[in-house]
Amino acid sequence: MSVITTISTWIIPFIILIVLIAGTIKKVPTYETFVEGGKEGVRMAISLLPFLLGMIVAISIFRASGAMEGFVALISPLLQILGIPSDIVPLAAVRPISGTAALAVTTDLIKEFGPDSFIGKLASTMQGSTDTTLYVLTVYFGAVGIKKMGDALKVGLLADLIGIIASIMICTYIFGF
Amino acid sequence: MVNLIWVFLAVTGIIYAMFNGTMDEVNEAIFESADEAVMLAIGLISVLVFWLGIMRIAENAGLLRGLANLFKPIFKRIFPEIPPEHPAMGYILSNFSANLFGLGNAATPLGIKAMEEMKKINNDSIEASRSMVTFLALNTSSVTLIPTTVIAIRMQYDSANPTEIVGTTILATGISTIGALCVDRFFYYRRVRRNKS
Repeated sequence: MSVITTISTWIIPFIILIVLIAGTIKKVPTYETFVEGGKEGVRMAISLLPFLLGMIVAISIFRASGAMEGFVALISPLLQILGIPSDIVPLAAVRPISGTAALAVTTDLIKEFGPDSFIGKLASTMQGSTDTTLYVLTVYFGAVGIKKMGDALKVGLLADLIGIIASIMICTYIFGF
Repeated sequence: MVNLIWVFLAVTGIIYAMFNGTMDEVNEAIFESADEAVMLAIGLISVLVFWLGIMRIAENAGLLRGLANLFKPIFKRIFPEIPPEHPAMGYILSNFSANLFGLGNAATPLGIKAMEEMKKINNDSIEASRSMVTFLALNTSSVTLIPTTVIAIRMQYDSANPTEIVGTTILATGISTIGALCVDRFFYYRRVRRNKS
């Protein structure tokens, strides 16, 4: 554990150190270059705002109305037939849609069942092995003005599904019920 | 498709609230979440400015090119559209490395930069190119090696072994990443076949 914590606290300062030293050696005007690159960041964040706002508002309407819970309740029986523990269903359903909601569900599950329970471990694995497809899509495509997404959404959601199924199978195999 | 999803989320939410008696909550959520989104975008400014500044130095110092060269054999197979020496490759690699270590904050600006470079390769078209779809597939399947947030939560709730899930996470991530690549390839070749006929 301590090794991992050390790596994660050291890595960012270490990257900055390497970049600054390399920049100086290669005679890059470091500070000016930094400012120039940074300016782009301001522009990017502002142009991102409408994309983020639109998506976040729609998601929170869906959540606040209770429709998300309804949806989860609807598909629960089907998943139980497939042998998927029903307590994990809300997390699997929410993960591709909203990162903060997924983190909240994971925290809830860990609190309720304990971090070392099967559900706790499964939730932890699932949280770590998938990503919020809708957010990634909104931010990455929104920022550069891609309007036609092609197959990106389908591919992203299928990737999530694979991650969810893989988590369940691996955790069942390794930790058992 | 994103238009459909967007409308679906809002419309089902509002109609559901009519029958569920949660219109008050919906009303509140609309304005609260709009506020939240503005805060999120403003909060992004700090990481975007910082990392894009640092990465610009890295690019001009030739570090990104060096990194891209290191992984060239694998990445030229995954992204055949991108010339190996192109800066897009460097940004893609730095985005993956940031994700690998669970540095979500640093990963986002790099991912956006990668997208921008890929758009240039694609003649500034507003359509997603093949490499963009692949890049997104890999990103959404998550390439996290050390799930720092999850470990932190587990520690908070007194887990006897907070890092126990690192192994299962790496395995699951590996499978979902390979799966994502296969799905991506499947859709790509289906597109190609359709365009021919």
